[in-house]
Amino acid sequence: MSAARDLSLRAVRAAPPLSFDVSRIREDFPVLKQKVHGKPLVYLDNAATSQKPQVVLDALHRFYAADCSNVHRGVHQLSERATKDYEESRSTLQCFINAADHREIVFVRGTSEAINLVAQSYGRSHVCAGNEILITAMEHHSNIVPWQILCEEKGARLRVAPINDAGELLLDEFEKLLNDRTRFVSVAHVSNALGTINPVRQIIEMAHRWKVPVLLDGAQAAPHLPVDVQELDCEFYAFSSHKLYGPTGIGVLYGKASLLEAMAPYQSGGEMISSVTFEKTLYKNPPYRFEAGTPNIAGTIGFAAAIDYVNQIGLKRIGAYEHELLAYATQVLSQIPGVRLIGTAKHKAGILSFIVEGVHAHDVGTILDLEGVAVRTGHHCAQPTMARFGVPATARVSLAFYNTREEVDVLVAGIRKVTEVFG
Amino acid sequence: MYDVRELYQELIIDHSKKPRNFYALTDSDRSAQGYNPLCGDKVTVYLKLEGDRVQEASFQGSGCAISTASASLMTETLKGKTRAEVEALFQRFHTLVTKDNPETPAVSELGKLAVFSGVRDYPVRVKCATLAWHTLRAALQGGGETVSTE
Repeated sequence: MSAARDLSLRAVRAAPPLSFDVSRIREDFPVLKQKVHGKPLVYLDNAATSQKPQVVLDALHRFYAADCSNVHRGVHQLSERATKDYEESRSTLQCFINAADHREIVFVRGTSEAINLVAQSYGRSHVCAGNEILITAMEHHSNIVPWQILCEEKGARLRVAPINDAGELLLDEFEKLLNDRTRFVSVAHVSNALGTINPVRQIIEMAHRWKVPVLLDGAQAAPHLPVDVQELDCEFYAFSSHKLYGPTGIGVLYGKASLLEAMAPYQSGGEMISSVTFEKTLYKNPPYRFEAGTPNIAGTIGFAAAIDYVNQIGLKRIGAYEHELLAYATQVLSQIPGVRLIGTAKHKAGILSFIVEGVHAHDVGTILDLEGVAVRTGHHCAQPTMARFGVPATARVSLAFYNTREEVDVLVAGIRKVTEVFG
Repeated sequence: MYDVRELYQELIIDHSKKPRNFYALTDSDRSAQGYNPLCGDKVTVYLKLEGDRVQEASFQGSGCAISTASASLMTETLKGKTRAEVEALFQRFHTLVTKDNPETPAVSELGKLAVFSGVRDYPVRVKCATLAWHTLRAALQGGGETVSTE
């Protein structure tokens, strides 16, 4: 048992059962203790990246300080420990999304790379001229551009299912866009710009009636609600560590074994081969076939530590807390004159995009920054979504389970200051 | 201690809400476009020259308060200046808003433009303040490509 993994598991076992004690939880996140412009940091930019608990920081440090070695090769002690931790992390991720087999978990850099992998490795061999790929009008650029490139390459057509003014997918219109030319559906589980939780079970059911595989972009969903890929029955699921309280540079592509087994390599080189000669090279089975080169070993172990931490608290409890906080934030923001919420779906995760009438989002963001409040301003890598709502940019608040009602109150005071400054 | 009023001074707020010289100059001699795609600030600067002097300057566009106010105050300061004086003003304004430069130009040299001195403490917003100025320079030099300060 490596030092890093041992420490992480001991921390989990030693922790007493928790009721949701947010001030106790905040103590686990060292970054939250600082001041910005002389005011306590109010970090509301979790959809951009989340903060990391001490156990994750410790796991990263301990890998490099005690177990640092390359994986899968080498018969020495450190290599064995590193390999064991790395593959145990794969099992941790498998359990987290209830995948049937650990071989269905491919480690990638993040959600963007996961989608690119599917577009290239699956898409190229299954999409031809005249075919269609179906996405929605609320996607992040990482779930638009790879499909645009694939369509251009193959002479296929990208179809976009529309959304209503509340930011909800028009399911009837989505269904109408499915036909015998559709070869792939790729949809956000949760919209990063609007917070909308999509009706993914119905989407998958509709797609499957046409025998069309589905990828779910879970970057904003996996940190906030339980994901069961077997129950969902999606063909692919993609999500990132850094939005899930883990390190950057690591993420997961889940793929059903039958599909992964038939897919050509994505990146090639070391690790993903079983034998190389100048005459012929043979590739490994999934998931290793898709993991060329030295992996982000520390990142993987750190990711698993983050999952252990989240499991200790429980995603259902996290979801319930965030839901309450979202309801409170929605209520108080709606009461500020001049504030318009963008994305008011019935089913939302803890994301609130808004504009202040007559004030550019960047000015809102700068004034909030002066109050110690971190929000994101801009198009959030969702320019088509911004265009749909007729705004160049929004300010976006994104909540996590270490945010509090008091922090929402500071945000509200900051927004009132914006309206005061701009008269 | 940072204060919102150091950056968002009354004059900036006023010029962002009621920009001066905010029209398209139909008989301009020179014009150029500026665009910062990451933040969405857009500006078109129009100039009418009489010999070596700026006779009239105007702008169109949309963007944040800093970029709008900067364009507005810039067009007010340009009238009657020679090309050499405009270039000198550009350099002084750039020095004013960029943290790297230790010498802050005297208020007397910059007049109302000194109101942007707060921008030097917000490096992320420097590009907003300088977009109109870089676009102005492109208009005088007659390049044709859209300018960006990102």
